[in-house]
Amino acid sequence: MSDAKAVADRLVKSKRLNALLTPSKELRSALTAQAAAARPTGVLYGMPVAVKDNICTLEFTTTCGSRILEGYRSPYEATAVTKLKAAGALIAGKTNCDEFAMGSSTEHSAYGRVVHPLDKTRVPGGSSGGSAALVGAGALPAALGSETGGSVRQPASFCGVVGIKPTYGRVSRYGLVAFGSSLDQIGVLGRSVHDAARVLSVISGRDPRDATCEDRDPLRLPTVPESLQGFVIGLPREYFPTELDPAVRRACDRAVRLLRDLGAAVREVSLPHTAYAVPTYYVIAPAEASSNLARYDGVRYGPRFDGHADLRGLYRATRGQGFGAEVRRRILVGTYVLSAGFYDAYYRRAQQMRALIAQDFRNVFDRGVDLLFTPTTPSPAFKAGEKLSDPIAMYMSDIFTVTANLAGVPAISLPIGRVKGLPIGGQLIGQAFLEDEMLEAAYALERVVPATDES
Amino acid sequence: MAAGWEAVIGLETHLQLRTKSKMFCGCSTAFGAPPNTQVCPVCLGLPGALPVPNGAAIRLAVRGALALGCTVHPKSIFARKNYFYPDLPKGYQISQHDQPLATNGTLSFVSPERGIVNATIVRLHVEEDAGKSIHDRFPKATAVDLNRSGVPLIEIVGGPDLRSPAEARAYLQTLKQLLEYIGISDCDMEKGSLRVDANVGGSVTQQPMLYDSRENTVRPQRSKEESHDYRYFPEPDLPPLVLTPEFVAEEQSELPELPPAKRDRFAAQYALSREHATVLTASRGVAEYYENVVRAGAEHQAAANWIMTEALADAKDHQDQLRVPAAGLAQIIALVKGGTLSHQAAKRVFAEVAAKGGDPRTIAESLGLIQVADSNVVAAWVTDVLGAHAPEVGRYKNGETKLMAFFLGQVMRASKGKADPKLAQRVLEEKLASAS
Repeated sequence: MSDAKAVADRLVKSKRLNALLTPSKELRSALTAQAAAARPTGVLYGMPVAVKDNICTLEFTTTCGSRILEGYRSPYEATAVTKLKAAGALIAGKTNCDEFAMGSSTEHSAYGRVVHPLDKTRVPGGSSGGSAALVGAGALPAALGSETGGSVRQPASFCGVVGIKPTYGRVSRYGLVAFGSSLDQIGVLGRSVHDAARVLSVISGRDPRDATCEDRDPLRLPTVPESLQGFVIGLPREYFPTELDPAVRRACDRAVRLLRDLGAAVREVSLPHTAYAVPTYYVIAPAEASSNLARYDGVRYGPRFDGHADLRGLYRATRGQGFGAEVRRRILVGTYVLSAGFYDAYYRRAQQMRALIAQDFRNVFDRGVDLLFTPTTPSPAFKAGEKLSDPIAMYMSDIFTVTANLAGVPAISLPIGRVKGLPIGGQLIGQAFLEDEMLEAAYALERVVPATDES
Repeated sequence: MAAGWEAVIGLETHLQLRTKSKMFCGCSTAFGAPPNTQVCPVCLGLPGALPVPNGAAIRLAVRGALALGCTVHPKSIFARKNYFYPDLPKGYQISQHDQPLATNGTLSFVSPERGIVNATIVRLHVEEDAGKSIHDRFPKATAVDLNRSGVPLIEIVGGPDLRSPAEARAYLQTLKQLLEYIGISDCDMEKGSLRVDANVGGSVTQQPMLYDSRENTVRPQRSKEESHDYRYFPEPDLPPLVLTPEFVAEEQSELPELPPAKRDRFAAQYALSREHATVLTASRGVAEYYENVVRAGAEHQAAANWIMTEALADAKDHQDQLRVPAAGLAQIIALVKGGTLSHQAAKRVFAEVAAKGGDPRTIAESLGLIQVADSNVVAAWVTDVLGAHAPEVGRYKNGETKLMAFFLGQVMRASKGKADPKLAQRVLEEKLASAS
């Protein structure tokens, strides 16, 4: 199978990125076996798709970038992976990520940081940094990532690729290792809008194994429109603050001009609760994580760490040594905000704020706006180590992406320019389950935007 | 409890719902399988697995709530109860917390001390069971069996309305009977399908106590500061449980007649004493059996007597199986009433039908138990008996009339039980009178 060999060669060539966790030899044999078994009639026949390491696969280990799941092999695979295989795609190994998808730089993996494909001193973004780096390096047409607060769009923006976060409930979460269950969605990183969209179309649709997955047919791909006549695109003023990186602003201004040129009506709108999104997110996501990660106790699977005399000691040793610092920080925060004396002050208020943030979007969409356009991130890829000692600064790199997760609406990031060689991403945010409209606009913009030019 | 003290007891009862599969996955709930053989990624809590509610379990829980007169809420919320334990594979139990399935019901039971008590049912919610830790199987190690993990339960929280252990027992028996009646649980303590925790307080001390049914001990509950903080929050993997009014109404309409109503109806409709009606309606199977026997033509009181003695005694020895078909019992009762079988002979026929099946009359004939009502044949047996017992005949004629029972017994013996006792007595009386 020369196809499988070529795929493996391209991936192995990108080894310096530390983006793929699967050993080369294992990758080659798995690709060969899959290529032989793949159904030639599938719509993704022969297309290699790498999978973020927090999505369960039968072929490879699923470690979530964590020591605590080192060597863990899932006895079942995620619904999204089953659907990919049924469509003839080849699962091209597992990609490195921030531990349990907690992070925005892919520096928080127990298996080492991922290197930015265009600048080795920079981060690829995160937490789906491995998937973004591989697609950005041209090693693959598409890869699966996952989002809780921007973990597909933010690295897509940093690496100059397309990243889609579908509507909550569009893609089954069965087999996606949970971080913040009410926010988590599997997303796709692709070389182009079309590569990402056709993978999304395959993995979308109902799944009786996920009660939060909507009972809907798979997403139907729109055609590339001639113009955006009739589209009303809103620019939320909260997403263009004065301190926005000037290069990002220039790229956005250019993209907005192009949207107008395509025939879209563009108007300024307001999402007044945006400022509260990051704090809200950093209550809800850690709260759910503290519960979701309770199962990693060394009792049933994964490594069990030494130094325990009793049950409590076993828990302490395994969880203390198995989890990294960022994961431990979030478990502590999450445990705190759910505890008896503090629940009302934090978790309940965060849920109330989340409802207001979702209402902001509905208000805008109810007033005739079809889509929103924003920058994906406040700045291009930052330097490795730059924000490691300042978690708040790191958290702020998700400021324009967390809102779509909190509101459950779909969003896409696509390259809209560069500054000093570093990609800049623009974001389109759509209405719940109207990915097709969002993709139409993305197709149209992608066709006209000089994505690799300095803005 | 010492004088001047009053016990205040509220029971929290956990019951396993009678479903084929678990609460959130398709694994079997069958009891007694080898450890860890009825498990899957969901009930093992493997990374990435997700729960999907079992509609059959929800239906049974709603039925239970309605039978207890609870308000079933159109929307309830699953919640996670977080704590660490090796037999709790996800590190949390999916339960319901501040928005349970149902609230505010009543259970009427007969207190041995206070008569009829209407105990409050505070709430009823659905949840999943944990696995089982086995501490005595391997030396210095604990084994975990996750076959029970994810088995569907309801928790019924009773108000602090009980005043003694005897009342707690009566409450539980009534609750168990009701839930067995509507078919939602086997309530089998041995298999762990019914478990009870008691909140016991003395109204003088206000010290809440906890009864541990696994260890059968009562101990003071830890004070609030030490008590476990379960960090409940809404289960994000499950949407709110929404029940339509039509669904609830349908379940309500399908509820069978409940024990108190059935008991009252039996007493009135079949002219039975309250005690007899209570025994006959104690289980749904027995009540149905009684009505079938009556429907097959048996006289009401005779049917009651036969079921309360022969049928229930036989059932007790045979896994609660009512082995004689209702029509068969009705026929046996008719044979006695018509004089074809003596009561003693009828009991033998009953036992035979129970053991081997078959038509009661045919069996009675094959066993030669049909009563002889031919007065010439009976007269011959009487003549033989009187002839063989001349001294007793003399004593009878001297006024010792109680010997009639003796003569009758001898005639029955001579006839091997086949003589119609009423006819035999009449012939005896005639012969003893004429011989004077």
